Amino acid sequence: MKVRVRLFGAFRQGRFRDKILDLEAGITPSGVMESLGIDAGKAGIIMVNSRHASLDRALSEGDILAVFPAVGGG
Amino acid sequence: MKDRIFRVNMTNLFTSIEEVPAAWAALGGRGLTSEIVAAEVDPSCHPLGASNKLVFAPGLLSGTVAANSGRLSCGAKSPLTGTIKESNAGGTAAQMLARLGCKALVIEGKPQEDKWYSLHVTPQGVTISEETELVGKGNFQVVDTVHSRLGQQHGVITIGPAGEMLLLAANISVKDPDGKLRSHGRGGLGAVMGSKRIKFIAIDPADSTIPLADPETFKKASRTFAKALLEHPVSQTLGEYGTDILINVVNEAGALPTRNFTKGQFEGHDAISGETMHELIKKRGGKVKHFCHKGCVIQCSQVYNDKNGKYLTSGFEYESIWAMGADCCVDDLDIIAEADHLMDDIGIDTIETSVAMGVAMEAGILDFGNGKEALRILREEVAKGTPLGRIIGCGAGTVGKTFGVTRVPVVKNQAIPAYDPRAVKGIGITYATSTMGADHTAGYTIATNLLNSGGHVDPLSKQGQVELSRNLQIATAAVDSTGMCIFTAFAILDDERCLPALVDMINARFGTSLTADDVTALGKRILKTERQFNMQAGFTSAHDRLPEFFSLEAVSPHNATWDFSGREIDEFWDF
Repeated sequence: MKVRVRLFGAFRQGRFRDKILDLEAGITPSGVMESLGIDAGKAGIIMVNSRHASLDRALSEGDILAVFPAVGGG
Repeated sequence: MKDRIFRVNMTNLFTSIEEVPAAWAALGGRGLTSEIVAAEVDPSCHPLGASNKLVFAPGLLSGTVAANSGRLSCGAKSPLTGTIKESNAGGTAAQMLARLGCKALVIEGKPQEDKWYSLHVTPQGVTISEETELVGKGNFQVVDTVHSRLGQQHGVITIGPAGEMLLLAANISVKDPDGKLRSHGRGGLGAVMGSKRIKFIAIDPADSTIPLADPETFKKASRTFAKALLEHPVSQTLGEYGTDILINVVNEAGALPTRNFTKGQFEGHDAISGETMHELIKKRGGKVKHFCHKGCVIQCSQVYNDKNGKYLTSGFEYESIWAMGADCCVDDLDIIAEADHLMDDIGIDTIETSVAMGVAMEAGILDFGNGKEALRILREEVAKGTPLGRIIGCGAGTVGKTFGVTRVPVVKNQAIPAYDPRAVKGIGITYATSTMGADHTAGYTIATNLLNSGGHVDPLSKQGQVELSRNLQIATAAVDSTGMCIFTAFAILDDERCLPALVDMINARFGTSLTADDVTALGKRILKTERQFNMQAGFTSAHDRLPEFFSLEAVSPHNATWDFSGREIDEFWDF
């Protein structure tokens, strides 16, 4: 299944900003991170289709997954 | 050096030093500025008249070695909102004033003659001098001139032409360790300083240290506090990417106000993001990390150079970048940086002025996305005080009224900052109820609504938002009294070592025995004091509301509207 994956902050380094990946059905954000060599424990915010999601939520075809490190500011 | 109150009367040009009244002894920063303004300023006064007072106060821990404790509070009745106002800034002044034993600098009255003045704060008190050379000049020239007159080590608090012209968005700038500027940005405090005819305040570099009641405990607690700050992952990201890291987060969440608050996502978001800024700084030889005062362990500031490697701006913040960027649809970071530098020099709030520019774009004064015209307006209209420049320099509300725009994002006439309240409902409660007008820092629910700090409350649901905003506004009022940077709040929310260490430092500084409950009580007391002032100034719960368009117009991508009733908002004050 195709999932659009967006990486932010230091997660982009040596990887990509925004890419459509072909992934196994039902993969979770945690699984996507593992496949990209990112420690899931370093994830600060996960969004699926612009809504906050947990690391173990099952993704669906056409989802947009955004992975952020812990961020702050304001 | 013993803490005292430094007082300056601009009507008769007398200055004095007073003992600290017992009621003020345990207060600092916002707690003290709001207490003094509430006690000494008639709430019904004209903010630019002789009856208003401008109060500066370092935080309770400013001047000590406590990490990130160098915030200076500035308070008065705001000419922009008509409410009480506290705006705090980094820079070197808080630590310098604290080391001079200046617990508060209270400036009152108004000169009778048409002259400008400067103040010089020394260990012996304050002297007043007539100023002619720097009248009409920008803030950077003021800093350079004070350096050449008095020496590089002096602190500087200054207003630019905007403050002199009494524009309602005028800010007060504070010199940072590199001779650049940080700002008391919001609420038009620069106009209050201009109304007192004070162009700048120079501060003597005293080398005295702050007396501590219990130095050993202080040392231990300050180490624990600094360690907790350093280890928090948010501190690390802030150091690398600055606050502008938020552009992509808030955009992804559909809460980045775009095109004068008509959309929640900006197509050009990546071009103005913290990630892009980080790459450009590295490529052009700026500084990724930079601090606004000594002892900051987060270092969210940066030095941003142009494409030729020449200094363009520093302290280039998310809010400023969002306002001139997404809100005005300008997707060029260099143009936004130039605007940021110009506004620093003119001495005008980047949030208020850029949101005003967005409303002017909606009115057809210039096109959305036309950053070059925005720069021209800043340089040739605002800085020179032309009629259009004064309208924009008086903020978003003034632009809206002047040109008949109905989509005007303000609360109590202060521009709403960088998070759409329809898509992050907690921050909408803060904008509505803050004693300061629309102010994200007053109760930064973004931490919990979007950033998973202090737990998570769904940004699109009404559930739990009033309580979240209330708890954060109470905590923030207390933190704003300590001199601590608001970015310590992420560690305070998430790391259980942090708050006890903060309380221990305050106790070890003053010989008190406060507990965490006392800190909460202090926050409540400050909010109630400020609210009481506002009510006496004529504000009611009817003013604790967002503009109508937020209820009528849904914002993409979540198709969200503002759906809190007035009664639900008013529950905020049930404490």
